[in-house]
Amino acid sequence: MDRDTLALFAGIGALLALASLVGFVLKWRNRGAASPVIDNLNARINAWWVMVGVLGGAFWLGQGAVILLFAAISFFALREFITLAPTRGSDYPALAAAFYLVLPVQYLLIASDWYGLFSIFIPVYVFLLLPILASFGGDTTAFLERAAKVQWGMMLAVFCISHVPALLTLDIPGFEGRNLLLIAWLVLVVQISDVLQYVCGKLLGKRKIAPHLSPSKTVEGFAGGVALATLVGAALYWITPFSVWQALAIALLVTLLGFFGGLVLSAIKRDRGVKDWGHMIEGHGGMLDRLDSVCFAAPIFFHVLRYGWT
Amino acid sequence: MHDTPIEDLPPAAPSPRPRRGLAQRLLARAIIGFARLLTGARSLWRGCAPTGRQRIYFANHSSHADFVLLWSSLPRALRARTRPVAGADYWQRDAARRFLIHQVFHGVLVDRECRDAHHNPLQPLLDALHAGDSLILFPEGTRNREDGLLPFKSGLYRLGRACPQVELVPVWIANLNRVMPKGRVLPLPLLCTVTFGAPLTVAADESKEAFLARARDALLELAAEAD
Repeated sequence: MDRDTLALFAGIGALLALASLVGFVLKWRNRGAASPVIDNLNARINAWWVMVGVLGGAFWLGQGAVILLFAAISFFALREFITLAPTRGSDYPALAAAFYLVLPVQYLLIASDWYGLFSIFIPVYVFLLLPILASFGGDTTAFLERAAKVQWGMMLAVFCISHVPALLTLDIPGFEGRNLLLIAWLVLVVQISDVLQYVCGKLLGKRKIAPHLSPSKTVEGFAGGVALATLVGAALYWITPFSVWQALAIALLVTLLGFFGGLVLSAIKRDRGVKDWGHMIEGHGGMLDRLDSVCFAAPIFFHVLRYGWT
Repeated sequence: MHDTPIEDLPPAAPSPRPRRGLAQRLLARAIIGFARLLTGARSLWRGCAPTGRQRIYFANHSSHADFVLLWSSLPRALRARTRPVAGADYWQRDAARRFLIHQVFHGVLVDRECRDAHHNPLQPLLDALHAGDSLILFPEGTRNREDGLLPFKSGLYRLGRACPQVELVPVWIANLNRVMPKGRVLPLPLLCTVTFGAPLTVAADESKEAFLARARDALLELAAEAD
């Protein structure tokens, strides 16, 4: 790891230590009285330590480990998505292909730096292959819905998430060998936006921003979180190929996309009648609950960089 | 409600049991790890806690993986004393299945095709219960491919009568039928939940029909809750 990466992780570690201290003080001040909000906050902070630790470990091991880590994340996210999207027996070939063929192939294409194929493999080839496989079952009940559900799972959990490690394939003049920092910047800005939206919402939140989709999101949380996270993104311009103003604009773009990602995936959850995608991450819910914002931000961030900086 | 398994509980009653070899234990660990990776193996102890009490866990049955998942959801100390009940006709068919059911899962085989009136097909189960073991039982008797439950066989009632000290715990296994659809070899990775309900016992004057209906309703209620 280079000095910038170490400095970044040291900063995140200090931030988490501060968060843990705040959580501890809140729990201590609240002595005896049970508070689900404070317990959930502490569970979230503890889970953050684990998530930062896992990502830091992958960074330390290098690019291959980061690609493998995101392949695993895609696997868990897809498992959550398909679990909640009811399919029928005759979708088996399409689902088996999704898990055991498409997911590994997408990450192999990224590992082998084949942009021409990894950027269209799922949106074109897999888009067509999945309904073909589903048609072999001869079952027409809700055919379009079933096919669309598997396609959405592929796009969100595999295609979109794979654009995080795909940042490693970009050749940015003057930025050689530092592409891991692009991942760090994107994930940090998008996630800290989620955290700050949560914090601002809990402290100042009054007006609900989308009561039907996500009753916990407020206007104050949205505005405060996005504004502060944008500033964090600008302040971290030194780990990116951007100038301060470019970093500010791109941070605003990815935090807005992240917000809408959360909203869209929340709408899907609500339609299925659940609060969380899963239970993998203590305090947060499932993998998709943590990554909904990254799903929407990563592909656009990738293409902005590819268009403007390579 | 206990989401996390409690390890190292004292066994229900001391009784000698065959110690499995290293290879068998490693294979058991590998199978449990695989089941967890594939399904998340989330267990919800809704109606009872994972304690060392002697029990018959009775569950819905949709695939051969059912008992593996239920068994994997138990804390290790309970797992060592809990034996799946399986059909002899299926598990005796070849050497690999015989090895798995006897050496790895330490199962109790029942002869589902027993026609001999003098022979009690439940005897091996009673022997296991008398030795202090808990059992995993599928009272539908066969795999059910449809929603809901098939009518229960009478075994659960007869075991509950013969061993009134044993708790009968309903267990709903959700989503596993999608993991292993009929006739498919490769399982799909989908999240499954194993929900443990409140224990039942057979009332003193309860008829077979009344008890089996009550047990079936308890399991269906758990299914509705879990959904």
